[in-house]
Amino acid sequence: MSETIHVSNLQQGYGKTVVLHDINLSIQSGEILALIGPSGAGKTTLVSTIMGMLKPQQGQVTVLGQTMPNRQLLAKIGYMAQTDALYEALTARENLNFFGAMQGLTPEQLKQQIPYAAGVVNLQDDLDTRVQAYSGGMKRRLSLAIALVSDPELLILDEPTVGIDPELRQQIWQELHQLATKGKTILLTTHVMEDAEQADQLMMIRNGAAIAQGTPKQLIAAYHVDSVEAVFLKAGRQQDENNRHI
Amino acid sequence: MRTIAIFKRVLQEMFRDKRTLALMFMAPLLILTLIYFLFQSNNDQTTTLGVQNVNSTLVKAIDNDHVTIQQVAPSASAKRVIRQKDYAGVLVQKSDKLTLTLQNSDQSKSAILKQSLQAAQIKLKTQAMATTLKRQGQALQKLQQALAAATRNPNVAQNPAGAPNVPSYKLTTHYLYGNADSTFFNTLLPIMMGFVVFFFVFLISGIALLKERTTGTLYRLLATPVKRSEIINGYLVGYGLFALIQTLLIVFYSIFVFKIQILGSIWNLLIINVLLAFVALTLGLFISTFAASEFQMVQFIPVVVIPQIFFSGIIPINQMAHWLQPIARIMPLYYGADAMSNVIEKGANFMNIGFDLTILLGFAVLFLMLNMVTMRRYRQV
Repeated sequence: MSETIHVSNLQQGYGKTVVLHDINLSIQSGEILALIGPSGAGKTTLVSTIMGMLKPQQGQVTVLGQTMPNRQLLAKIGYMAQTDALYEALTARENLNFFGAMQGLTPEQLKQQIPYAAGVVNLQDDLDTRVQAYSGGMKRRLSLAIALVSDPELLILDEPTVGIDPELRQQIWQELHQLATKGKTILLTTHVMEDAEQADQLMMIRNGAAIAQGTPKQLIAAYHVDSVEAVFLKAGRQQDENNRHI
Repeated sequence: MRTIAIFKRVLQEMFRDKRTLALMFMAPLLILTLIYFLFQSNNDQTTTLGVQNVNSTLVKAIDNDHVTIQQVAPSASAKRVIRQKDYAGVLVQKSDKLTLTLQNSDQSKSAILKQSLQAAQIKLKTQAMATTLKRQGQALQKLQQALAAATRNPNVAQNPAGAPNVPSYKLTTHYLYGNADSTFFNTLLPIMMGFVVFFFVFLISGIALLKERTTGTLYRLLATPVKRSEIINGYLVGYGLFALIQTLLIVFYSIFVFKIQILGSIWNLLIINVLLAFVALTLGLFISTFAASEFQMVQFIPVVVIPQIFFSGIIPINQMAHWLQPIARIMPLYYGADAMSNVIEKGANFMNIGFDLTILLGFAVLFLMLNMVTMRRYRQV
């Protein structure tokens, strides 16, 4: 196992506003890390920084041994955005073809990868339907398929399970675990606790700071509670108390 | 490779949107056809002039193809007659004083009346002069005859010096560009050819990129190893192709339907319009950065596009106020329209339009740079 993502002493923000501070993070290959936290906590900003869309204000981010930002390295990252960024006038296959080509896949590779990626999200029968006729859940699944199509070393999924029914969610998690056993690294953000419990590692972000980090079992034990949700609530209260003392 | 994929996607999206496609290719032809008919028959305008107590010689002199004369009752007030009968003007004579009252709701009609009246006065003056000359000539002739009789020299009588020899000129007009049938449409067509390409490419490409911004696909696109320049290039090739098709369509429509003669090479027209499309595209993409919605994009039309029409040569630049003239020099359409006019009307070759093309290229490069900078907002490498 080698380290896929390493974040040290990261401070990030827009202009003068600081969104994230003192973030330290390390993910090994084959691990699934879930970033949990309320909306506006800075999860998407952290994800953007790890992908290299934003330059760190302070601190350092390395992905697969390379300092970010690094445009070339984006070919090894499969990204699923929070909003469904799809070309609605095109069919699902055309979307997959286009984004695959952007990732640097050849037409031959695409021919192999598209059925696989569509299969994971159960879209193989709707590949030649235009996206504008898709339901919200189907669009979400297509976004995930686009992230999977290039068979990337690192998957970054921003809220991947929103709008996906429980049955398919189970199926997707199975696939994610399978990918992880093959050595792929997965970083996802969520505010659904069921998702958090499935991850190998958790990082709880609140008000731009990491309030708890570790495996779900470790955290439950350390906080003397019985669920991940309770860990999050307790860690949040502790953060508020600490802030009051300062 | 990525540029080609983006180019393919731009085409796919465009062909799925049949209405936009029809707008891009049919609307220019519709506009040009309208303009063609609007500016065809501006020579046979007629106006009505009421005359009151006016000397019949003068009335006869005023009468021409463009003026219809109506007699007005001697007691009527000029203003009332104009209001009641909708005459363009009424001419009143009191002894040797002429008063012309004009309706002046249509300045071109007023101009016709003023011109006709002036022409009539000149006509009468020359007639009077000719009569005087004739009379003088006759007197001179009589004198000479008397003289000849006195000296018995017949040669003197034949002396033509005193004959009333009013020269009558015959005017033949040659046209360097165009012919006697040239109307304002001939001036307008090359400008409009450039304009429609500029306008549609600006609007449609601007909205297309705006849609990429608002739906998040641009951000998603930049989360791949694609270079910013590859995105812009894909757009350039895609919309360049549309501009090419649009130009060909307009050119052939003009040749076969309007029977317009294009003196220069069609290749040059294509080069100009593709360059103009590049400027429109890069400007449209850049402007779309400042718009948050399609509606806001449309709001840029009066600011960015309409002033360009005024400075594109529809109003001759050298007839503008001096301080206004330099503004034309910062309008891309001015150079495009200038090059188009030169090729279509004067048969300019590639070297002749080189300057205009260079400036257009300069604009495209400038906007291209600005686009690269603004896209940095989404991805900082």
